[in-house]
Amino acid sequence: MSQNSRRALLRALPLAMVSALALTSALSTPLAAQETPVTIGYAVSKSGPNATGAGITTIPNYELWVKEVNEAGGLEMPDGTRRPIEVVEYDDRSSAEDLVRAIERLATQDKVDLILPPWGTGGNLAIAPLMDRFGYPQLAVTSVTDMAPEFAKRWDRSFWMLGGGHDYATALVETLAAAKEAGTINDKVAMISVADGFGIDLVKAARPAFEEAGFDLVYDESYPLGTSDFAAILNEVQGSGADSFVAFSYPPGSFGVTKQAMTVGYNPKVFYIGVGGAFPIYGKITEGKQEGVMSIGGVDAMSPAIEEYFAKHTAAIGNPPDSWASAITYASLEMLEEAVKRVGLDHEALAGELSTGTFDTVIGEVKLEDNQLRKLWWVGQWQGEHFVAVSPADREGAATPVTPKPEW
Amino acid sequence: MTYILSALGLAALAVLPMLFGDYGTGMLVGLAGYVTLATSWAMFSGPTRYISLATVAFFGVGAYTVAVLNEVLPYPLVLLAAAGIGATMALLVGLSTLRLAGIYFVIFTFGLAELVRQLITWFEVNVTGTLGRYIFLDLEAKHIYWQLLALGAATLALSAWIRRSRLGLALRVIGDDETVAAHSGINLARTKLVLFVASSTIITLVGAIQAPRWVYVEPSIVFNPTVSFLTVIMALLGGATRLWGPLFGAVPLFLLFEWLSARFPDHFSILLGLMFMAVVYALPDGVLAALEKFRRKGNGNSATKPAKEANA
Amino acid sequence: MFLSTLFLGLVLGGTYALLALGLSLQYGIARIMNLAYGEFMLLACFAVTMMFTSWGLGPLWGLLVVVPLGYALGWIIHTVMMRPLIKRSGGGGRLEVDTILATFGLLFVVQGLMLVTFGSDFTSYSYLDRGIGILGTTIAANRLIAFVVSLVIGFGLYAVLIRTRWGRALRAVALAPGSAYLVGIDVNKLGRQGFALGGALAAAGGALVSMFQTFSATDGVVFTMKALIVVIMGGVGNILGALIAGLLLGLAETFVAAFIDPGLTMAATYTMFLAVLLWRPTGLFGKAGG
Repeated sequence: MSQNSRRALLRALPLAMVSALALTSALSTPLAAQETPVTIGYAVSKSGPNATGAGITTIPNYELWVKEVNEAGGLEMPDGTRRPIEVVEYDDRSSAEDLVRAIERLATQDKVDLILPPWGTGGNLAIAPLMDRFGYPQLAVTSVTDMAPEFAKRWDRSFWMLGGGHDYATALVETLAAAKEAGTINDKVAMISVADGFGIDLVKAARPAFEEAGFDLVYDESYPLGTSDFAAILNEVQGSGADSFVAFSYPPGSFGVTKQAMTVGYNPKVFYIGVGGAFPIYGKITEGKQEGVMSIGGVDAMSPAIEEYFAKHTAAIGNPPDSWASAITYASLEMLEEAVKRVGLDHEALAGELSTGTFDTVIGEVKLEDNQLRKLWWVGQWQGEHFVAVSPADREGAATPVTPKPEW
Repeated sequence: MTYILSALGLAALAVLPMLFGDYGTGMLVGLAGYVTLATSWAMFSGPTRYISLATVAFFGVGAYTVAVLNEVLPYPLVLLAAAGIGATMALLVGLSTLRLAGIYFVIFTFGLAELVRQLITWFEVNVTGTLGRYIFLDLEAKHIYWQLLALGAATLALSAWIRRSRLGLALRVIGDDETVAAHSGINLARTKLVLFVASSTIITLVGAIQAPRWVYVEPSIVFNPTVSFLTVIMALLGGATRLWGPLFGAVPLFLLFEWLSARFPDHFSILLGLMFMAVVYALPDGVLAALEKFRRKGNGNSATKPAKEANA
Repeated sequence: MFLSTLFLGLVLGGTYALLALGLSLQYGIARIMNLAYGEFMLLACFAVTMMFTSWGLGPLWGLLVVVPLGYALGWIIHTVMMRPLIKRSGGGGRLEVDTILATFGLLFVVQGLMLVTFGSDFTSYSYLDRGIGILGTTIAANRLIAFVVSLVIGFGLYAVLIRTRWGRALRAVALAPGSAYLVGIDVNKLGRQGFALGGALAAAGGALVSMFQTFSATDGVVFTMKALIVVIMGGVGNILGALIAGLLLGLAETFVAAFIDPGLTMAATYTMFLAVLLWRPTGLFGKAGG
């Protein structure tokens, strides 16, 4: 049996079992669940173009966390009792209108105790006013936006946990500037970016930062979302004389540009790609030659908590998590769990605790600043088996970046 | 009498948000949106039988206009601007495309939607340097619903009026046989154009009115091709040549989608597809025709078969 | 620069042509607008990937498995799903609308099944992707193979349609479905064969594309749309037209990316498509009124 079908089976089996269980539990109350359950609702993209992203970063972590909490007897309340989690989930079909309606439904029809956020920047912004109106705390993880400080102020129960494009772009420039200072790369950079909100945010911040750091942008173009053929672009990039290649890309474009670079033997000293570089499948795309590739995110591979998280994610879901937003998604759930334990399910108290409390999570100790998670890894690099964090370089757990990247 | 009844019906629909909660109102927004989309789509595509997949091109342009102008202009003017842009675009497109026929028109309109999306993206990236815009308007779901309801009622009224006017008659001739129509002195191009512009302007307005619900707008969100497909399916399911057909297609389908996605979040696509095929095979002429057939059978005079109406 | 761009464009265009050949047959001969076409390509992608990763069976050998399966699947769908619609329509324009709706439903079913079985993750494998230097540019071997295969299939099919008796019968059905039976052609049988052959080509296209492109269960629509544009541009049912339209699109995209702005490649595709239709409302090689 191939890895694919095995994974599919692993994925399908628990789902089938869960739904079967849900059916039976609806009919007969099991003995263990004497406590009234805590209902947790979420609407994520299970079909349509966003299903891929949600299926990699968001859904597996929700399922993993719910399973773990329920195996431990349920969500712990301040008085020490444990209440099992009951999930209400909807498919938003990758449409903003359907998502908004699903949240209205969760809040006013199902009256769930807590709502977990959807996948994606657009989705989180679309529901923010509603979550605010209904008073639910919103732990927006998979949402990269430079406007996070303003949003946190506008909706005071919203929490923004993945930074903004500006952070990622400037951190990358710093990393490259250090390599330039050390004399390992020249001052020429070839940069491409995908024409969607994410790519444009990053490239807009990167341009002035590169110039300020004394880099020369010898190639700087954007390409449409959905581009699958990068032959023409790389053809030009190759002749540009740049030591650093930067692609603010989105999967599957990130994979396409990697494959193309491998095929034509394009070996810049720095090879950076956007979303997708930290995905577990990346190793397969490169046939195990991902060593030295840089991308967004990263994890502290030496941390035992991360190691354990990777192991249990692999055991429960069938494949390891991605090394960028997955751990943060899981950490946000741990924060929620801990906050409920401290103050219960009251939304106002919960939001207050999330905003001011300090939490121990898989990504280390977390304390939000102005309702934002700022202690993040901005740049990572494949080193050995792991996609390790290299920036901010002065943070504990950061690895030293390896330049030049070994040839494919 | 009809006027009084319609006014009463409209008033009853308008107070619904007061009776239902937020979710109910959200449903009403979706329902009113799709009913209006399907009805205005059928206004042009029903009689001419030109299946247009450009719905989302206009819908998206409407939403985008609001995203661009919502901080510069007062809201009513924004809507007016959206209608103006939609009408202009429809005029340009109509002038150039309405000589295409059949499948060529179908794919052309699909290509058009994608082209508009690509051009807006390119313009935003290279000229304004922002992609993704925010809409912070103080509009609640019920306000959006009322606007859509008014637009939907106006659309139905316009459709009804067109059907009775010379324009409607001309259109029906065109739909039956373009050659005959041309020979009887009907100005084909102008008739089609007028309808296309009217229908597209309404679709643009639907997009503009719904956009504030999403707060954040970028091309991949507003130019979601599903909108075009759903509109076509709803109108055809109800019966695109009838005044009330699109409504009778949009309402049950919408409710069905909602139920499926909640009840079977993991298998929504499969069930939706099966449902779809069931509709094609079981209700070939649309819901309304099936209902009529059923009623006629009940009355016992199934002999008179309305051949003209049945071939939707 | 010019030569290498030209070559890259031709290779990309070959991929587009490959996507479109099957759909062109299905619509041209069987008169069925198969919106689930891309889903069938994806099925082949997944099948080939599984055979490769679990049995070590290379995708080119995998072709030998998926192409007959594609033919069989096409045959079954035509018999089970399309036949009743064809019967019902009695040769009128109804068929177009009915088949669009039915295959639209099929699209969702197949996509949903793939999501449940394979998950939503990206899938990819590496096979023959080392570069080959030609005309001062480097091209992946697998893309080159896909290019050559699409040319072979395209011209081969064209020759079959023009030269053989069977091909002439197929063309007769395509041109005049209403009167082909008058000359003793079994329209139903040939329509079914055309549709099944289209299914086989979809499988071949999917298998070849999977060698160089990362895909996921929701990508079918992308394939279908690219294919539709090529088919319509080339003229419905015209194999040679689809081939040339595919190559033209590939060239346009590559040249725009190289000499104007990579951000405009898709806009260029659609502009060209719309322009061709405005200039020739039935495609480059379409018959007037067809």
